[in-house]
Amino acid sequence: MTMQDEINAVSADTQTDAAASARPVNERSAFQRILTLTVGPIIAAFLLSAIILMLVGVNPLTYYGYILERSLLSGLGLQQTATRMAPLLFLCAGLIVAFRAGIWNLGTDGQFLLGAVAAAATAPLLVGILPGWAVLLAGFLLAAIVGALWSVIPALLKAYQGVNEIITTLMMSFLGVLLASTLVKLIFRDPATTVPQTRTLPVDDRLPRLFDTSISSGLIWGLIAVLAVHLMMTRTSFGLRLRMVGANPVAATHAGLSVPLLTMATFALSAGLAGLAGASEILGVTGNVPANWNPAYGLMVIPLVFLARFNGIGAIVLVFFYSALMIGSESAARRLGVPQNFTLVLVASLLICLGLGEYIDQHKRKKER
Amino acid sequence: MLVPTLTVLENLTLGAPWYERPPRARIAARMEELKRQFALSLPLDAITGELSLGQQQQIEIARALLRDSKVLILDEATSMLTPQGAQELGERMQQLVKSGLAVIFITHKLAEAYRYGNRISVLKQGALAGEMGPEQLKSMSEDEAVDEIVRLMFGREAGATSTEHRKSTARDNVALKVEALSTEGDADVMGLEDISLSLRAGEIVGVAGIDGNGQKQLAEAMAGQRPLKSGRVELDGEDITRASIAQRRRKGLRYLTDDRLSEGSVAAFPVSENAVLKDIGQPPFWVNGLERPHRIAEHARDLIARFSVSTPSETTPIGRLSGGNIQKLLLGRELSGEARVVVFNKPTYGLDLQNIDTSRQRIGQIAERGLGVLLISTDLDELMALSDRIVVMEGGRIRGIVENDGSGEALRLRIGRMMAGEEENRQAMA
Repeated sequence: MTMQDEINAVSADTQTDAAASARPVNERSAFQRILTLTVGPIIAAFLLSAIILMLVGVNPLTYYGYILERSLLSGLGLQQTATRMAPLLFLCAGLIVAFRAGIWNLGTDGQFLLGAVAAAATAPLLVGILPGWAVLLAGFLLAAIVGALWSVIPALLKAYQGVNEIITTLMMSFLGVLLASTLVKLIFRDPATTVPQTRTLPVDDRLPRLFDTSISSGLIWGLIAVLAVHLMMTRTSFGLRLRMVGANPVAATHAGLSVPLLTMATFALSAGLAGLAGASEILGVTGNVPANWNPAYGLMVIPLVFLARFNGIGAIVLVFFYSALMIGSESAARRLGVPQNFTLVLVASLLICLGLGEYIDQHKRKKER
Repeated sequence: MLVPTLTVLENLTLGAPWYERPPRARIAARMEELKRQFALSLPLDAITGELSLGQQQQIEIARALLRDSKVLILDEATSMLTPQGAQELGERMQQLVKSGLAVIFITHKLAEAYRYGNRISVLKQGALAGEMGPEQLKSMSEDEAVDEIVRLMFGREAGATSTEHRKSTARDNVALKVEALSTEGDADVMGLEDISLSLRAGEIVGVAGIDGNGQKQLAEAMAGQRPLKSGRVELDGEDITRASIAQRRRKGLRYLTDDRLSEGSVAAFPVSENAVLKDIGQPPFWVNGLERPHRIAEHARDLIARFSVSTPSETTPIGRLSGGNIQKLLLGRELSGEARVVVFNKPTYGLDLQNIDTSRQRIGQIAERGLGVLLISTDLDELMALSDRIVVMEGGRIRGIVENDGSGEALRLRIGRMMAGEEENRQAMA
C-alpha cells in the first residue's frame, strides 16, 4: 500500500503546511522556504533526470531544449499543448473536489473512458437530428452521468460501509477500462470501418476551435471547470461542508452534517467531471473511441493535483507544463529515441524531490522549536 | 492481548524465540498441571476468538503462569464476566496467591476489592488517596469496607477549599424532558437503559458518574448524534425525538462536547471557520450558499472578545490554541443564537485552574439567563457547587436523582456510593 502511504503522507503535509503558512514569517525567511519547498526540488529533479539521460547516452541539454522548442516555442506545438490541457483540466477538477473532501478517487481512468464511450456512442447518431450545440451538450451530459454512475458502487460502499475507496475505485477503474473497450467492440462499433472503433463525429460538429488556431475550445471549458471547482470549494457553504467532511468526519457529524450523503455527492461530482474529461477529448479532439484506447490521463494528473496542493490555480499552471512536457516528449521520442515514458521518470523524480524538500523543511522547523 | 484468529496453543507460544518449534508436548504437560492446580481447562487447538470471554481470560492467566511470572496484573478483569465467572476468577486469584504469585487486581466494583483483596489501595486522579492493610480489612465487614473506600474516593480531603453553593435560578417551565430513553450498546460502547429526567429553564442538573458509564452516550442522544432504541425527548414541550442534529441546534438545544480537538473543532481550519462550523450555509454568514468572509470574521472577532479567547487572530488555525481557549470559543459557538438548553460534557476537563473558575462562573450565568443546563462532569466538587439537582449514572442507567441542598459530606458520600453502584445493594438489603 505504498500509494496509500504516499497519499496520506502528502495530505498530512498539506495540512501542516496550511497551518504553517498562517504563522508569522519570522522563523526562517520566506525565500528560504520557497527554495527548499519548490524551486530547489524542481532544479534537483531536472538534474536527476539529466543524470539518467546521460546514462542512457542522450545529451540532457539537447533533450530539454528539444522539448521546450517543440511544445512551447513552435506555434503548432503550443496549440497542441493547449489542446491537450482540456481533458487534464477536467480530471484535475474532479480530483480536487474528491481530494479536498477526503475521498481518494483513483478510478478516474475508468470513469473517463466510459464517459468518452458514452459521448462517442451518442453524439454521431444525434448529428442531423439535433442542432450542433445540443449534440455536444447531450454528449457532455451523458458522459457526466455515465462517469458518475460508474462511481456509485464505491460511493455506496464508502458512505455506508466504510470500505476503503482507494481499493474499490481502482478495481472499478480496471473493470471500467475493459468494459469501455468491450462496448466499443461489441455494441458501438462503427460498421463502416475494419478497425474496431466507434462512429466518428465529423470535424465540423466537434467543439469549435479557438479563433484561427487548432486549439479546441474544450480548453476554455476545462479552465472554467477547474476555476468553478476551486471557487466552490473555497467560497461556498457546500464546499466548506465537503472540506469539513474531508478534514474531520467526526466533527462534521457533530456539527450536524450528513457525512454519507456528502460522500455520495463528492463521488458523483468527481466521477462526473472525469466523465466530462472523456467527452472533452472525444467531442473536441479525436471524434471517436478506438477499441483498447486508454491514455491513462487520470492516474497521470494525480501527482499534479498533489503538487498543486489541491489548489485550482496551481493545478492549471502545472497542467500547462505537464502538457508541454507530454507533447514535447512525444516528438522527442521520435527524434531522439528517448522513450515517451521518460516524462514519467521526470515527474517521478520531481515528486521524490518535492517530498524530500517537504521532509527537510519539517525537520528544520522542528529544530527551531 | 490475544490474537483471535490463532489457536490457544499458538497464543500461548507467542513471544517465544523464532527459531524454536512450538514445544507442544511441554506446554500440554504444563497445562495439565495448571488444570489440576488452578482449574484452568483450555482446549489447546480451539480458535481463540471462538471461546467465551471467561475462557479467553484463562488463556491470559495461563500464559502468565507458563512464563513463570511473579506478578499478575488484572485490569478490570471482572467487568465482562457474569457474577458466576467473577466468583470463579476470585477463587482462582486466591489459589494463584497461595502458589506464591502476587496479583494486582484493578476493579471499579468495591465489594470485589474487599472480597478478593488482601490489601486495598485507592487511587484518585492519579494519586494514592489511601490504603487499607490486611488487619484493617479483616476487622471490617463488607459494608464498612465499602463505606471506607467510598470515603477515600469521593470524600473531601482535609484542607480542600469549600466551593460556594450556587443559588438556584430554576423557573417553573420544563425546558427539556427525557422519557424512558434507551440506546443500543456493544462491546465498546455502553448502551443507555431507561433514562428519564427533566430539566427546568434556569436550572442546572448535574450528571455524576465514573467516566464511561454512559454519560457521553446520554449527551450524544440529547444532541441527536446517537440513534435511540426507544424513548422520547421533548424540548419546551415539543417532541424532538426524531429531529436531526441540525434541527435540534436550530431549536435551541446545544451540545458542548468533551472532545474539543477531534469532535468539537477542525484543527487545521482557522478560528473564524470553527466559530461557524455548526451554522454552515446559514445567514448572515452565507447568502445563497456564498460565503460572506467579512461577516464570518466579524462574528469570530466578536466571540473572541466576548469570551476572552486568546489567539493571535481569527485566521489562526484553531489547533494552535490551548485547550482552554478552544473551549472558550466552542462555548461561544454553542451560546450564539437562540439557545434554550445547553448540554455540557465535562466542560472543565483538562483546563487550568483559572479557566476552570471562569468556565464555572459562565455556566452559572447561563442558567441565570434562563437556559436549562445539563452538566455532565466527573468532578463531584463541580457538580456540588453548581447543580440544583444531581443525576447519578452507573452502567448506563440512572441510579438516583438527588436534590443538591449543599448539605455537603453526607450527600457527597451518598452520591459516591451510587456512582460505585453500591447504593442499590444497600437498599435491597435494607
